[in-house]
Amino acid sequence: MIQILFLLFAALAVGAAINVLVQKHVLYSSLSLIVMLTAVSALFILLQAEFLAVINVIVYAGAIVVLFIFVIMLLNLPVDEDGTDRLRWLKFAGIPLGLFLLFLIGATVWNVGVASSSTQMTGSPEAIGQSLFTDYVLPFELTSLLILIALMGAVVFAKKDV
Amino acid sequence: MIEYFTSREFLVLMAKMVAIFGGVMTALAYTTLLERRMMAFVQMRPGPNRVGPFGLLQPLADGLKFLLKEQVVPTNANVLLYYAAPIVSLIPALLSFSVIPFGPDLKITDLNVGLLFIFAITSLGVYGIVLGGWASNSKYPLMGAMRASAQMLSYELSLTLSVVGVLMISRTLSLAHLVTSQQGTWFGFIPRWNIFLQPVAFFVYVISAVAETNRLPFDLAESEQELVAGWHTEYSGMKFAMFFLAEYANMVTVSSIATILFLGGWNGPMFGPCWLQMALPTVWFVSKVFAFIFAYIMIRATVPRIRYDQLMQFGWKVLLPLALANILITSLVVALS
Amino acid sequence: MIPLNWYLILAAVLFLIGVLGFFVKRNIIALLLSVEIMLNAVNLTFVAFSSQHGNISGQIFVFFVLVVAAAEAAVGLALVIAMFRNRESLNVDRSNLLKW
Repeated sequence: MIQILFLLFAALAVGAAINVLVQKHVLYSSLSLIVMLTAVSALFILLQAEFLAVINVIVYAGAIVVLFIFVIMLLNLPVDEDGTDRLRWLKFAGIPLGLFLLFLIGATVWNVGVASSSTQMTGSPEAIGQSLFTDYVLPFELTSLLILIALMGAVVFAKKDV
Repeated sequence: MIEYFTSREFLVLMAKMVAIFGGVMTALAYTTLLERRMMAFVQMRPGPNRVGPFGLLQPLADGLKFLLKEQVVPTNANVLLYYAAPIVSLIPALLSFSVIPFGPDLKITDLNVGLLFIFAITSLGVYGIVLGGWASNSKYPLMGAMRASAQMLSYELSLTLSVVGVLMISRTLSLAHLVTSQQGTWFGFIPRWNIFLQPVAFFVYVISAVAETNRLPFDLAESEQELVAGWHTEYSGMKFAMFFLAEYANMVTVSSIATILFLGGWNGPMFGPCWLQMALPTVWFVSKVFAFIFAYIMIRATVPRIRYDQLMQFGWKVLLPLALANILITSLVVALS
Repeated sequence: MIPLNWYLILAAVLFLIGVLGFFVKRNIIALLLSVEIMLNAVNLTFVAFSSQHGNISGQIFVFFVLVVAAAEAAVGLALVIAMFRNRESLNVDRSNLLKW
């Protein structure tokens, strides 16, 4: 049962991710990205990380992709234009090289066995909060600094005349 | 597998689903009538009172009219997204009822991240509006959609941050546990509701909730004086009805969340015989939600729409700092006590 | 119970699709979307390992990845707006003033 669910959501994620690349208009790509994110969130639930699954949907689908769509509508973009001639060969080189990379990763993953642990762990909000505010409190504060700088940077870049 | 589908708990679950969704859909239909009658009352006109006694059959007549109308698709509209947008907006709105507890037993399921689940689901609702406005290939819907996306993104921040204080006090994200944590009274007569501990959060939540559901005085996305009808200008018939239902469903959802977080959910005085004890929690819950909807309609009838720049300034410069200050003070008090 | 390898292979495929998109697409918004695909693939790996080892740290890292993704999207889209304002095109090959 759980294998069927995994295969279903994995197929959905891969299909949606390919669709992001295939679509000519970036609006469709963004919508396809939402489908992929939701499928990945469903996989998080299969991994007992329901808190992260929900956070993933809230942050990505609820905020980041809305931002993308807002910019796409703001600029009223035309359909995707093709690349220049100089970079056209990349399209044909990309697929075999990509498959090679996949082969390398796959070979590594199959050959290196991963020790599994029997400790039962749930990604409950309590456990994550406990760890985030004790062991990882310094990185947490640093990310808040990062996001503050990103905020100011975004305003500076997007402003018409500084 | 087969045994599960014939077991008693499965049948009870199905019965609950039918009861909740049937009840909610009927309530949504009659909320539209209530809103029209009350607006009419405020504006000193009769309102719809011809179909049935007191106009009580008006929602049915409206539904029939929506179903029988011609399906119009604007020229050069993006047909796929044009048809998908109302569905995208209705499904998340209805999905959130699957975790709302209407009574101690009258709930479909209880997630331990139930509140976040509702926020995640409702944050998907913005896509219905945005895609509907974009796919219509018309300038007023596009402007409405852009306003809606910016507005809902901004107010979702203060909406989410305003509940953090409550979560710090009750230490749970499960909606049923949130309600049970508010049982009992102080000094024997003040109910132990979070509204008395978190008045600022309540204030921020209610205002952001009005903005999240795109209702007056924050209905900049559809403001009929400037944008005809905003993002659903080009919609008619059943597709418009789906947008309309989604708006009312969102209204009921945010009211239910406010009831659960701040007004003690189904808690209330219990008395009478056994069957009454069974029904009373749901009665309390529904009447609290109804009080919120009543307030929403009165706000719509009495407050003028604010300007778009005022809306953004209010969201970012007043509500968000208030919500953050509330978190700061609450966490100090929680840490010290 | 699903073996860890399945998750890792799936994450590798998703990451690969992101990399391919980054090389093949020329629209800058599509490039940003490809980066989001890659970040999600990495998140999936983190959560899979976290679940396998019974250690919460993997899930904490997903938080940090989310923050970086949000910051990247905000700054990236601001740059997109500035770029579109300057040259009326989002093709990354067109912004080549610093190249010969």
